[in-house]
Amino acid sequence: MPLAYSLPSDLSPATVTNTSSLLRIIALALISGAAIASRLFAVVNFESIIHEFDPWFNYRATKVLAEKGFYAFWNWFDHTAWYPLGRVVGGTIYPGLMATSGVIYNVLHALNLPVDIRNICVLLAPGFSALTAWSTYMFTKELKDESAGLLAAAFIGIAPGYISRSVAGSYDNEAIAIFLLMFTFYSWIKALKTGSAFFGTLTALFYFYMVAAWGGYAFITNMIPLHALTLILMGRFSSRLYVAYSSWYAIGTLASMQVPFVGFQPVRTSEHMAALGVFGLLQIVAFAELVRAHVSSRQFQSILFGSVIVIGVLGVLAFAGLTYKGWIAPWTGRFYSLWDTGYAKKYIPIIASVSEHQPTAWPSFFMDLQFLIFLFPAGVILCFRELRDEHVFVIIYAVVASYFAGVMVRLMLTLTPVVCVAAAVAFSSLLDTYIDPVEPEVSEVAVPVTGGDSSAASPATVDGAVSSKKAKKAAAAVADASSTGIASGIVAAIGGQSKSPKARGIFGLDTRFLIVVNALGMLLFFVLHCTYVTSSAYSSPSVVLASQNPDGSQHIIDDFREAYYWLRQNTPQDAVVMSWWDYGYQIAGMADRPTLVDNNTWNNTHIATVGKAMSSPEEVAYPILRKHDVDYVLIIFGGLIGYSGDDINKFLWMVRIAQGVWPDEIQEPNYFTPKGEYRIDDAASPTMKNSLMYKMSYYRFAELFGGSQAVDRVRGQQVPKTGPTLDYLDEAFTSENWIVRIYQVKKEDLLGRDLKTANAFANGKKRKKSKPLARRKALA
Amino acid sequence: MPAAKIAPSKTAGSSQSPLLSLWKAYYESTSTRLKTIDAFLVFLMLSGIIQFLYCVLITNFPFNAFLAGFASCVGQFVLAASLRAQVNPANRSEFKDVSPERAFADFALGSIVLHFFVYNFLG
Repeated sequence: MPLAYSLPSDLSPATVTNTSSLLRIIALALISGAAIASRLFAVVNFESIIHEFDPWFNYRATKVLAEKGFYAFWNWFDHTAWYPLGRVVGGTIYPGLMATSGVIYNVLHALNLPVDIRNICVLLAPGFSALTAWSTYMFTKELKDESAGLLAAAFIGIAPGYISRSVAGSYDNEAIAIFLLMFTFYSWIKALKTGSAFFGTLTALFYFYMVAAWGGYAFITNMIPLHALTLILMGRFSSRLYVAYSSWYAIGTLASMQVPFVGFQPVRTSEHMAALGVFGLLQIVAFAELVRAHVSSRQFQSILFGSVIVIGVLGVLAFAGLTYKGWIAPWTGRFYSLWDTGYAKKYIPIIASVSEHQPTAWPSFFMDLQFLIFLFPAGVILCFRELRDEHVFVIIYAVVASYFAGVMVRLMLTLTPVVCVAAAVAFSSLLDTYIDPVEPEVSEVAVPVTGGDSSAASPATVDGAVSSKKAKKAAAAVADASSTGIASGIVAAIGGQSKSPKARGIFGLDTRFLIVVNALGMLLFFVLHCTYVTSSAYSSPSVVLASQNPDGSQHIIDDFREAYYWLRQNTPQDAVVMSWWDYGYQIAGMADRPTLVDNNTWNNTHIATVGKAMSSPEEVAYPILRKHDVDYVLIIFGGLIGYSGDDINKFLWMVRIAQGVWPDEIQEPNYFTPKGEYRIDDAASPTMKNSLMYKMSYYRFAELFGGSQAVDRVRGQQVPKTGPTLDYLDEAFTSENWIVRIYQVKKEDLLGRDLKTANAFANGKKRKKSKPLARRKALA
Repeated sequence: MPAAKIAPSKTAGSSQSPLLSLWKAYYESTSTRLKTIDAFLVFLMLSGIIQFLYCVLITNFPFNAFLAGFASCVGQFVLAASLRAQVNPANRSEFKDVSPERAFADFALGSIVLHFFVYNFLG
């Protein structure tokens, strides 16, 4: 066997195995370190702070758990949220995340390490990303080998698609859910491979943890049955499949019902019925197999086959009947919105209004996955080469997750693991082929027969390799050809030869060198890209903003916390704050004040009420505010410093959501100019100008510019010089950069006048011609 | 389930009695151990059917209790059926990694976990 380069031959096999396992452990440790470190940009650039919106609630709930214990947390009724309704927190959340941090907190305190609960929450996601890397390693190892596993672990460790949801401070359910997802899949594959009920039980336990942690558990609930069904249809039913699936389903379903938020859904809703159906099918198939083992008559088997089909049809009919009678709930709207991307906008604007529920833009695939996204299809195709049961799983996973990632931005998260796995398989196959020193034997017999073709083909690839990428593909095709059927068939067809597999392969060092250097270069650029994207795009806490001073130094914009702390220190404990639902959790977490609506969005009408108040004129909004005991109204305004995620930009969603409930009073077209433009300058429509949101945003804005023209820097439009006036609200607080503006709702006038008249009186406009005045004159 | 399967086979059975031959083949070729497991399986199935009938015909009122009871039957059934498949000498080639002793340990572990949840769910 000719070798391209010599290998040391005086090593014992034991040494080689020991060294390689040591290297693997070191590599995994380093990968974990890299995964954690690259998520710390947010802490280094800003501070140890909880990010964004939902994490603030999780953090608040975790604090309750840590301070008051598990039972208090379980029975927690939060009367400050959804004022005046309140919210049963214990029964409306996935408690896995809080429970995890609570356990870590208690363990550390038991070890006399007095770590603050906030730091545990901030660093939980990076910590779990290391575990994700490990479980991805285990998963990929089952698929190919250890080296592919290490690559996959490295990819998932630093891929921005996953980092975007797991930077330090992003204390959300996804932080632990991806680890659970990968580990559940790993134990499922393992259970299927070995046919062990132990791994089936382990799958069920991690499935339970996943159900407790993230609403995305439905992905597992449908992926595993889909895989099992595909295997059955491929004629790959085995007792191992029966053992793995049955033990997972029987234990996992019962376990998932322990989570109060999930409740009886696993037996009552359509989303979970696929798993039940496949479970029933497996029982029937297994029984049929058992009978078949005892009886050999062909006729009997065909009868069995027929009865299996009959039972299957009966099952589907029973399912349809139960759905019809209302025993099983039909698909929910959130589910429909995955199939019809326009559905949410039409029927559930509240879902469509969230930016992460929008369809994914093409560039973001590249931004989140870089070169993995084009290695991904290659990896999936390589899975077809072996096509063991676990490869079928990866193929299904890849197809399903690609679709979902295209539909919704946030589901990019479920795609990322499979992309990393598939890309690692492809990449390590490439490296395996080119690092392997074995050269093909040019046998005496083969050369004359294959003649010009093979000898011409091989040097051609070697020469072509100079032009790197094209040649790499060709060379990869040649390399593949040496090992398996499909590709070799193609190559043979091209070459017009059917019997020259031995002469194909890689000759010499130069090709190997080029390909390997190129591959390492891709890895290097991937690392640079990931670091860049992570540090620039995904590490902003969005509670604290950063900008640059003219001299290039960083300037921190801290308006949110400034305003929330103002609320906390200057208002009574029970002052109700109204804001758009995005800021509900933050107000509850940082200002500790009751809110009308928050990010839980369970009550559409309540949110529409807030939307109506915001989009109505003052006179209409005031009774709504008074009826809900609102003391303060908080809005976000970015017009001064150009913060684009402000309430004026979200305003149309408020209008749409309010319109969904009060179509007679709020109409979206009224907020546009006659030309159909969304404007805030002089040309803005009267409805727009009179809306509470507009008035609150631009109240006294023009004064800031002295005499010169006031410009809204987000919309790039000129604001009218005489700004709106407010009769029913008082400006209470405006933060340094005007991002947060807080208004106090006036109480009813003591003299019983309506506030508009009272205001006019106070402003000295006494000679307003009005009827009572005239009557008084007449009397005099 | 088995009743549904056996019914069509009976009507279409042209040879004298496939059922009888099935029973004979089963009775002769199955070891006592497997028969014990099978007896347990039949018992679990009957218990599950009774609970299901109770739920359908009388009341499903403590629904969680019904689910817990029914799931314990189904779960124990599939775990025992898994055990049966694993210790069946005919399946030796499929379960290379699972010795009969390990199969029983798996079975015991799975049952413990299952009944932990059952107990928690009874209410």
